[in-house]
Amino acid sequence: MDISGINTKKFITPGIIVLVLALLFALPLYVNLYTVVLITSILMYVVLTVSWTIFSGSTGYLSLAPAAFFGIGIYTSAILGGQMPIIIVVILGGLISFCVAALVGSLTLRLKGIYFAMFTLGLVELIKHSLLWYEIKFTGTRGRFVILIDNETIYLIMLGIFVVLLITAYLIKRSKYGLALQSIGEQEEAAAHSGVNVTLLKVVTFGISAFFMGAAGAIMATRWTYIDPMIAFNVFFSFMPVLMAIFGGMGQLYGPILGATAFAYLEELLLTKFPYYYMLIFGIIMVVAILYLPQGISGLIQKLWRRMPGGKSANT
Amino acid sequence: MFVTILDVLIAGLLLGGLYALIAMGLSLQYGVAKVMNVSHGEFIMLGGLTTWSLYTVFGINPLIGIIVCGPIAFLLGYGLHRTLYKKIGLSSETTGIFESNSMLASFGLIFIIQNIAFKLWGPEYRGYSYLAFPVDIGGALFGANRLVTLGFSVAIGIAFYIFLARTRMGKAIRAAASDSPTAGLMGVNINQVLAICFGFGAAMAGIAGVLISVSYPVNAAMGLEYTIIAIIVVALGGLGSIPGSFIGGFILGVIGSIVTYFEPGLALAAYYVIFVVLLLVRPKGIMGK
Amino acid sequence: MRILEGEGVTKYFGGLSAVADVDFTVEEGEVLGLIGPNGAGKTTLFNLISAALVPKPGIIKFKGQNITGMKPYKICRLGIARTFQTVKIFANMPVSNNVLVGSRFGASQRMSPAEADKTTAELLEFVGLSNVSNIPAKDLTLANQKRLEVARALATKPELLLLDELMAGLNQTEVTQAMELLKQIRGEGITVIMIEHVMKAIMNVCDRIIVLHHGQKIAEGTPQEIATSKTVIEVYLGEQTHA
Repeated sequence: MDISGINTKKFITPGIIVLVLALLFALPLYVNLYTVVLITSILMYVVLTVSWTIFSGSTGYLSLAPAAFFGIGIYTSAILGGQMPIIIVVILGGLISFCVAALVGSLTLRLKGIYFAMFTLGLVELIKHSLLWYEIKFTGTRGRFVILIDNETIYLIMLGIFVVLLITAYLIKRSKYGLALQSIGEQEEAAAHSGVNVTLLKVVTFGISAFFMGAAGAIMATRWTYIDPMIAFNVFFSFMPVLMAIFGGMGQLYGPILGATAFAYLEELLLTKFPYYYMLIFGIIMVVAILYLPQGISGLIQKLWRRMPGGKSANT
Repeated sequence: MFVTILDVLIAGLLLGGLYALIAMGLSLQYGVAKVMNVSHGEFIMLGGLTTWSLYTVFGINPLIGIIVCGPIAFLLGYGLHRTLYKKIGLSSETTGIFESNSMLASFGLIFIIQNIAFKLWGPEYRGYSYLAFPVDIGGALFGANRLVTLGFSVAIGIAFYIFLARTRMGKAIRAAASDSPTAGLMGVNINQVLAICFGFGAAMAGIAGVLISVSYPVNAAMGLEYTIIAIIVVALGGLGSIPGSFIGGFILGVIGSIVTYFEPGLALAAYYVIFVVLLLVRPKGIMGK
Repeated sequence: MRILEGEGVTKYFGGLSAVADVDFTVEEGEVLGLIGPNGAGKTTLFNLISAALVPKPGIIKFKGQNITGMKPYKICRLGIARTFQTVKIFANMPVSNNVLVGSRFGASQRMSPAEADKTTAELLEFVGLSNVSNIPAKDLTLANQKRLEVARALATKPELLLLDELMAGLNQTEVTQAMELLKQIRGEGITVIMIEHVMKAIMNVCDRIIVLHHGQKIAEGTPQEIATSKTVIEVYLGEQTHA
């Protein structure tokens, strides 16, 4: 066995991570405001995509609800924004999303995958229309103004959400919990018969993934000065995480991160160059990806990693 | 009091006719061609906005619009299936994978179509006035346009039902719906039949869009809500049952009308409650196999 | 002790009864064979016991406790494990992790990670899969996949093991090896119910046999009694698989 190879591997990865994190946290100090805002957007998409993958990537249940939970977070911020510290609002946005997800999950996760997918797709519309009704009937106004927060704070909180999410995802993956999730995705019936409480796990994981989406929404809300149900609940935010995960490859952790980074950056580019066509372009990319890239780009990187000395390989 | 009930009921049937048409279209696409086409609503939207343009710009009667939009939508759907969905089918190992992939592809289509629509028509609501005079039925007043809509929906539904039951192509479709591989073995040109079904589904969506535009304003973002309603109706009627979608549409329409009478704006929430109850109690639907 | 009892167990699919009013008892430590022509309801009965399906009507008791309607994971933790007719392994997961799922989730007493690892290693050894413990389960041969399923089931420390057509698709040598494995499992004190078409295995290993036909129990007895039973022979004429 190549001992030097193993040692290098063991220290490179954590070392890189710590370095990158330090750089990221200090970012506002050495980079202009535009870049901070850009990276905040990238982080937002990364959070949406990774949390989507935690649930849908492992269990195989296609959720189209990210926009719904993101929107719940946005609205929580709009309603509670001025009344308490933004950190609490963010956590609350996450918690409310968690509860809604747990409710929806317990009702629909026992059904065929397509029912679940369709139910989650409609959730965006449902919450949007229900909120509209509520606002017209009870508050008389439509939409709200969101309190302003400076971009550096937004960035740092989003970064914080990202870090917590990564830690959560890593812990899940390494724990017996992650093993169970994987087995559910592989063969749900056999998992149940091997002692895995399938329903509970699915519901809780769905809830956890929703928590982060809600938290992200709560902090991003402050980007829009005015929001109403139409703005907050936009099915595009269900579309993009799925597209990013497909492109990045759903198997590993860094796959979704890669996909999200690439596409968030692409969106930024398109918004400046072709602001009226970016939806079209992403739609086309999705169709092309479905047709030609079933494994996503991440499949490539897996193969490269296997070639490094000391790298783990399933086939030796 | 009685007039009010009749009011609400007939309004429900008017709405139901539209829902039935939309749902039958999706049922053809998902039940037979196995494509959960979430861009279904976008075809409805295109039908509506195209009719608006035809009427306001060229003065073309919306009912003629049906004859224009129907076939165009059919060709679009047919073409899509023979190119996109067929290719997805070839690269999908199982039906389950095909279902998710084709659904995701149609998800992408939503944005492609919506973007084009936004470019052509902008985000505003577009409405026009056609046959907007009231008609008196039993003391209650109904817009002539809505009655025309109902008439057309029912007529198309019945015509299609006869088509399925009596014609050779109809038989082929029913065969493909119950067992595609076997139908293929029996000499049915499956690719053709599935694409035709998909095309018919798109045509129904387009026509529904025309009919909707006659009575309501339309805009480029209206599609998704109708798609969701179509899905709920298809589930209510039973996956794979076209008559079920027809009946389910009317049931949901009446319920929607009742809810709107008491609390306008909560119709979609009511539909969702029904969806939930349905999934918990009888996921097969009313006429599901 | 009667480890498993079924009273009036019935299951309808549409208008058809897949299992009709079946009574049965299983004694602790015995190997019970469940045979019958295709479509007789054998796998359905397994599904009813393992809670994949709920009997309607009917009652199933495990060690005197009514387990009708319990969720599958609960039943597994109570001590009933099973394999499947179409092998349901976790295809893309390594062989060892397949077994690990069983040991970490299915045992009635929670196992610590260390104990679970130990159990997994021992079971892989037991079924002869130690040297392939790291490869994805889908890369195993069919016979080995079946062994993996058995290992995973055993990892849940069951008192009762349901084996659904363990021998299907195996050649002569593999059948003999599987029979050996069966005897060893029985040696551990585990009660076994096995669905089989391979008569050699049934006749050699089982203490008792129940015969199902069209969802109903038509005969019950020792291998000797079943082999000579007129009713059974009639039902099986031409359908037997000689191993």
